[in-house]
Amino acid sequence: MDLYEYQAKELFGRHGIPVPAGRVATTPAEARAIATELDAPVVIKAQVKTGGRGKAGGIKPAAGPAAAETAAEHVIGMDIKGHIARRVLVEAATVPFEEYYAAFLVDRAEGGFLAMVSAQGGMEIEELAARDPDAIVKLPIDPVAGVDADTARLLAGKAGLPEQAAEVLEKLWRVLVEEDAVLVEVNPLISTTDQRVMALDGKVTLDDNAAYRHSWEYADESVTLEAQAKAKGLNYVKLDGKVGVIGNGAGLVMSTLDVVAGAGAAPANFLDIGGGASAQVMADGLEIILADPDVKSVLVNVFGGITACDAVANGIVTALQLLGERGHGRPIVVRLDGNNAEVGRRILSDARHPAVRQVSTMDGAAELAARLAAGA
Amino acid sequence: MAIFLTKDSRVLVQGMTGAEGTRHTARMLAAGTDVVAGVTPGKGGRSVDFGERTVPVFGSVAEAAEETGADVSVVFVPPKFTASAVEEAVSARVPLCVVITEGVPVHDAIRFRALAAAAGIRIIGPNCPGLISPGQSSAGIIPADITSAGRIGLVSKSGTLTYQLMYELRDLGFSTAVGIGGDPVIGTTHIDCLQAFQDDPATDAIVMIGEIGGDAEERAAAYIAENVTKPVVAYVAGFTAPEGKTMGHAGAIVSGSSGTAQAKKEALEAIGVRVGKTPTETARLMRSALGSR
Repeated sequence: MDLYEYQAKELFGRHGIPVPAGRVATTPAEARAIATELDAPVVIKAQVKTGGRGKAGGIKPAAGPAAAETAAEHVIGMDIKGHIARRVLVEAATVPFEEYYAAFLVDRAEGGFLAMVSAQGGMEIEELAARDPDAIVKLPIDPVAGVDADTARLLAGKAGLPEQAAEVLEKLWRVLVEEDAVLVEVNPLISTTDQRVMALDGKVTLDDNAAYRHSWEYADESVTLEAQAKAKGLNYVKLDGKVGVIGNGAGLVMSTLDVVAGAGAAPANFLDIGGGASAQVMADGLEIILADPDVKSVLVNVFGGITACDAVANGIVTALQLLGERGHGRPIVVRLDGNNAEVGRRILSDARHPAVRQVSTMDGAAELAARLAAGA
Repeated sequence: MAIFLTKDSRVLVQGMTGAEGTRHTARMLAAGTDVVAGVTPGKGGRSVDFGERTVPVFGSVAEAAEETGADVSVVFVPPKFTASAVEEAVSARVPLCVVITEGVPVHDAIRFRALAAAAGIRIIGPNCPGLISPGQSSAGIIPADITSAGRIGLVSKSGTLTYQLMYELRDLGFSTAVGIGGDPVIGTTHIDCLQAFQDDPATDAIVMIGEIGGDAEERAAAYIAENVTKPVVAYVAGFTAPEGKTMGHAGAIVSGSSGTAQAKKEALEAIGVRVGKTPTETARLMRSALGSR
């Protein structure tokens, strides 16, 4: 889960990392009130979980409360690469003397942690890596020993950051560890003319798997089908095609999307019902897919390992009964193999539902679903 | 022979008394696995009756390994207990620890991976279906009855794609199939398995299944070019996955230009590995690589 900048900065603040004074606002009036309180020139920053908001006009300086209100009016509601800015961070304007880059992250390739620090901050790290890879100091971090004061000094020294930055690096590592983050990134980390080091921006990605041991209250504000699916324990991603796809196991579902695309149709979604799915889970999945008006045909592709195909078949039959008219007669192509596949196939043929068609291979099923979607 | 797991492997199951643990222990036994012990803290001294065999339960891995000579542990405990379960297996020096559990925090995985590496213990997973050497032994949840014993080695991040390929090639059969797991940080990698299959006299050819995210497939390609002389065919899932959306597995996400299926396919093809467009085509490529139809 990615955090907004203001949430990342709240976390930084709790861990003793200096950040500019400021607060988040959802209305122009609130922005004005915060600017009044700060009693200084401010910056209005769109809160969106995507990069490039500066270029898109999502960051505006304001000399005082009235200007802050006007700027907030402009920024709130702004669409930045498909992300709507529902909030702005109103923050005391801070002039950097120098800009740096600092991050700790999970390094997948090595299965460990990595520190990345550079004396050249402010631009996207990918851009910097392409332009001047030697400017980035990369250091693997021992997961048991972690980052102590010595390691932090070493990092700051190697990268050419001032001594005061070492303390911030050590605290940033604590954020990664104590908050179960997979990424903490400060870009830019700045020093001021009076030699204070401060996080001017912040990006934090938390590990959803660790939610059970934290009291995170970062609400998912989306009212999308994806959020509804998540609430039912289903893994659903909306795509823009016409063939709805349900399968078991992330790999098989991804593969099914590709096979549908290979058959000349675009998949409408990714939906993984997971291992050992019950009839109820299958029914929930089908309901979510058929709630998408873009879907013209559905492909159910299940290879039963733990999942029993008879449960899947029962789920399809139950879902079709529950959905009734809401299914709008859209065809459902089913391919079942593996655990109890024969029983599952029999359940479906005995049900004789007009919308359901069975195909014995994955490629064949994808072709039929693609053809039916095109003809609809 | 096979890799990592043979008929001589003595398997203990951590979390055997839980619902999942019991169910899959029964399936492992039916697949011919020599399950010698269960471990559940606080439940030592009991035993579980599986019909053909009664398996004793111990309170700790150290005790179970000491009493039974177990050399493989399969972990079925819930995510919040997984780190301590794995660390227990590592400190008891069980040489292979297969972590089935889904939803393990990545910080925990990094930590137990480091501890295991320092102790010379192999971890497979987390969030994986385990591994099977058909006709010999199964450690995990891969169904045994969809395939047969043979001379193909398989390594995959995805469980169900493993099953699909094992089923498509069931007439040829497998030496060992390893599901390494779809999490961002895993113990055993594609490369570890490729190396073991290359060295295994009972394996003639290798199927490698990858998916979007990270650069494991690209690294595997570089490894194959230098070290693998047996035929390798590959499949990569996720060509239609959009950027920035996690496709089910925590590790399956395309970020920017990296981690795309296309890049992985190109890296593999550049070193002469044939990559199937679908699982079925991949199976066909394997047949022709083995010179059979």
